[in-house]
Amino acid sequence: MAERAIGTDISPPDLHAKITGRARYAEDFHAEGMAFAKLLLSPMPHARVRSVDTSRAEAMEGVLGILRASELPRPEQGTREGALSDEPLYEGAPILAVAAVDETTAAAAVEAIRVDLEPLPFVLDPLDSLREGGPNARTDGNVPGEDGPTSLKWPDSVFDEAGPDRLPMGEPTAEWAIGDVDAAFGEADVIVEETIVHQSVTHHPMEPRSCMAYWQNGKLFLHGSTQSTERTRGPVAAMAGIDVEDVVMIGEYCGGGFGSKIAGVPIMAVPAVLSRKIGRPVMLRITRYEENYIGRARAGFQGWAKIGFRSDGRMTALDLYLVQDSGAYGASDFFTAGTVATASYQPENMRFRGVPVYTNTPPRSAQRAPGGAQIVAMLEPVVDKAARELGVDRLEIRKVNAPGHDGWLGPNQGPFTSAYVREALDLGGELFDWEGRRQLSGHREGTRVTGVGMGLSPFTAGSNGRDGLLVIRPDGKLHVHQGIGNLGTHSIADTARAASDVLDLDWDDVVVVWGDTSKHLPFSTVQAGSQTTHAHTRANHAAGEAMVGLLQELAALELGGSATDYRVADGRVFRAGNRAAGLSFAQAAERAIARGGKFSGGEIPEDLHDVTKGAVAGLAGEGLIAAAKDNYGQPGAVFTWVATFAQVELDVETGEVEIVDLASATDCGTVIHPRSLAAQTNGGVFQGIGMAKSQRWVFDPQWGIPFTKRFYTARPPGILDVPLSPRFAAVNEPDPHTPVGAKGIGEPPVGAGEAAYACAVADAMGGLCLCRTPLTSDMILAELEGRPRPYGLLDTHV
Amino acid sequence: MAVIRDMIAPFELYQPAGVDDAVRLMDQYGDEGWVLAGGLDTFDWFKDRIKRPAAVIDLAAVDEIRGIAEGGDGGLDIGAMTSLTAVAEHADVQSRYPLLAEAAGLVATPQIRNQGTLGGNIVQDTRCWYYRSGWPCYRAGGNICYASTRRAMNREHCIMGADRCVAVNPSDTAPALVALDAEMVVASSSGERTYAAADFFVGPDIDIERMTVLEPGDLLTRIVLPAPREGARWYFEKIRDRKSWDFSLVTVASMLQVQGGVIQDARVVVNSIAPYPVRMGAVEAAIRGREPSEETGQMAGEIAVEGARALRHNDYKIALTRNLVKRSIRDAA
Repeated sequence: MAERAIGTDISPPDLHAKITGRARYAEDFHAEGMAFAKLLLSPMPHARVRSVDTSRAEAMEGVLGILRASELPRPEQGTREGALSDEPLYEGAPILAVAAVDETTAAAAVEAIRVDLEPLPFVLDPLDSLREGGPNARTDGNVPGEDGPTSLKWPDSVFDEAGPDRLPMGEPTAEWAIGDVDAAFGEADVIVEETIVHQSVTHHPMEPRSCMAYWQNGKLFLHGSTQSTERTRGPVAAMAGIDVEDVVMIGEYCGGGFGSKIAGVPIMAVPAVLSRKIGRPVMLRITRYEENYIGRARAGFQGWAKIGFRSDGRMTALDLYLVQDSGAYGASDFFTAGTVATASYQPENMRFRGVPVYTNTPPRSAQRAPGGAQIVAMLEPVVDKAARELGVDRLEIRKVNAPGHDGWLGPNQGPFTSAYVREALDLGGELFDWEGRRQLSGHREGTRVTGVGMGLSPFTAGSNGRDGLLVIRPDGKLHVHQGIGNLGTHSIADTARAASDVLDLDWDDVVVVWGDTSKHLPFSTVQAGSQTTHAHTRANHAAGEAMVGLLQELAALELGGSATDYRVADGRVFRAGNRAAGLSFAQAAERAIARGGKFSGGEIPEDLHDVTKGAVAGLAGEGLIAAAKDNYGQPGAVFTWVATFAQVELDVETGEVEIVDLASATDCGTVIHPRSLAAQTNGGVFQGIGMAKSQRWVFDPQWGIPFTKRFYTARPPGILDVPLSPRFAAVNEPDPHTPVGAKGIGEPPVGAGEAAYACAVADAMGGLCLCRTPLTSDMILAELEGRPRPYGLLDTHV
Repeated sequence: MAVIRDMIAPFELYQPAGVDDAVRLMDQYGDEGWVLAGGLDTFDWFKDRIKRPAAVIDLAAVDEIRGIAEGGDGGLDIGAMTSLTAVAEHADVQSRYPLLAEAAGLVATPQIRNQGTLGGNIVQDTRCWYYRSGWPCYRAGGNICYASTRRAMNREHCIMGADRCVAVNPSDTAPALVALDAEMVVASSSGERTYAAADFFVGPDIDIERMTVLEPGDLLTRIVLPAPREGARWYFEKIRDRKSWDFSLVTVASMLQVQGGVIQDARVVVNSIAPYPVRMGAVEAAIRGREPSEETGQMAGEIAVEGARALRHNDYKIALTRNLVKRSIRDAA
């Protein structure tokens, strides 16, 4: 028997290339006659292009062409972002692109272009935009309406009533309720209420979104950095105004995405269209400075929560109001946030209200647990405050409210597929020694005070209905074709293990095919919402079962007997009880090719997606081919929970916080790859801590211009900012509604880490929650010293 | 004209092999020349195309100003081109000037310390982000300070020493060298000059476009440390938002000469609160003759921030300076 691959550590097939530097990212590719493009960025946060004088640039030797917004296919909707714009909505928005024989010439040409801009009103703070007479970020409005943006203003009385430190709450644009919160507050034993701010932060992936494009015989070849390979073709085709069949997307490696490169990023349009225009390949190398502008960001919230509890800690009422900083083109984080809150606390009554407001700041997109991380980090310290008032242990209050398998999600109160949340809380509590550690709360040694805290973070972790595609070639290997991208999570390898386990095949006999749509890749999920592990262990499991069936059938035809007489293991199909009577995979592949038909892609299952059908047709005749759709069904929302525990030491003379210990536990179903799972969890925890502790996105409010454009000013956390040995454990109970039992893990750790940190800091401050991120040492010190706060409680972009 | 960043513009590169040649080239190019040491400050300016010199004079091959040697009178002589790693890891620096070893070892990251030089760390320009973004402020030859306007973002800026400009000196090693009574040796075509470290740095009241006494044609060649004092205690602490790759919010460096449990002499220097490292003369005078206790530290801290004025977002620096000066006396070892 081959060793079962699932649950063991492996070296993923991309590892050696990455650590030896042989891995080629988008920027590393070159094509014959390749030109270089540079972007001209808007110097104003909101403006209209009156005229552009490119004469001096065009006269320069080596300049090959200029691309304007009007030459790109028009975005379908009013708020849809184009790669270039004549009405830039944020400082740094690309206005045009220049192609030249080299980058130096392209840069000089951009500098020689004169753009006449009409400055337009701009706004950075959503609340400023909601005031009567306040500026709108877009000429067509400040909030989304039914037919595009519309203008929403709140009367002055809303702001006057709230005062400077409480969230003003006028008319929302979105609202839902469960039960009756007002009645529940009337019966609550303890009610806590806070205004809470969560910052917007840029993604800062290590690899910026550089891309290179060229055309051959009407087909567009695009090298780019993407989280999702197969699903990037569609958006790229739309950007170039061509059919999806005419796009070849190549991206074997992705140097970090975190949600900012889900499926085709707008800037890909520039080399794609410019290359067609000038008839040469075009490379657009995005710099760190440019990435800061076009690299996407998490939407920030200015929020308010009022929460009622029974004396036993049960949350009876949650009233939540979120004002979202949506950037120039919108985001849906705020709505997700309301849903995620239910997955933490199962409030008996709840009201959600929200307003997403456009601002003249760079575009938002999903960022690792969009909406989820924010709301977890915002609400967990408030729950701690209630626990203190109630005299209920902070771990206990989370267990009291956590969902079980009969739990529900969101306004529709639909079911989960599984929820081992209390088990994860108990496991994390044991790992961290919560019982012992909580005794250290407030312990002071010299100038350092200990605080302990925890955060429980749920997020969506799966989807279904995608396709798997397997080929056994005459080399005897199982080739697993993956349409998913390689965004650094090992999922291209880990989800392939579902197929090899079904076939009882040694992992060394598996070849993973990925990263280039000309290699015939099946229809896949986008790599977002932590779907991949769940969706593609299922799809590859389904394809594995189909492959077993084909092998049995083929063996029966070749060797006699019926299909059910045959077993599959160790790279052979053989008669039960007689391993010698059978075919090796290499032989099976040869026979399949000879027989054709359903064995080698000649007949294609009807329920496959067209993309997969095309891939199978392309592979026809190359081996024994099995393709199958995941039809396993999914009777509920797939969610993963992570509980993170933190111990910190706060220096009361400096406001500095050191994290001395971290431990996390998760319910993410069956563990596929322990080492990778721990890396994903700890990495997410660190990312969340960064948002709470040091990372910033500072704008000058007078001019609307960001200053944290480089790593050293944006300050994402470094390895020295976290403990060297964070601990990790998984409940490892299979989700019963998916064949491999695995759920995703990418996103929930972020909110868990961020909340654990915020709660531990509040604990070190005697339970005082400043209720905002970032929570930097200057803010903490000002509070401890009773000095003026560096910023207002509702201030954003500090 | 449209702006391009992150793309170095072309320049003439010179790589002299000695100080004399370097100084000659500096004279030849004057304002159009740029001296390159480790490049950590330089390349930020170049990448943003804000500084676009015609000629770059790269000191990488000027070996005579690299390395650490015994100085006269039991001191140490450090070439300006010595890497920060070499300074931080040098056995004599560690044993005799642990204050400097600590300061150099807390600069940025290991990679930056390998590439960055002690001289470069001392003469580096301010990191005021308005100025570094190419805005036409006083320091850039304009007639406004954007960082002190009503709504400006100035958490990292001055609480003292401001004069129109409110930018701070970001160097980690500068306050250590002032506390150690180091001397800066400067070469130029008119000969060699030596400055006490405390006099080497200038504020905007003296010259708003420079951070040090160096004028075009001047090259910092060596840093001379006097013999360590008997019975000296020291303290260095850099407060920053991250533990690596970060400039300081406030840094304190102190040297206390303690005999019989009483402070005989002291140097207390604070950086990142003014456009230059601030030697706290009043603090030094006040603590002389006292025990290095909590009470003395408390008093010292209060004196240190007398006259400090916060901008809109940096009041915390007053409390932080007070507390760090207190610690630097109470906890000196």
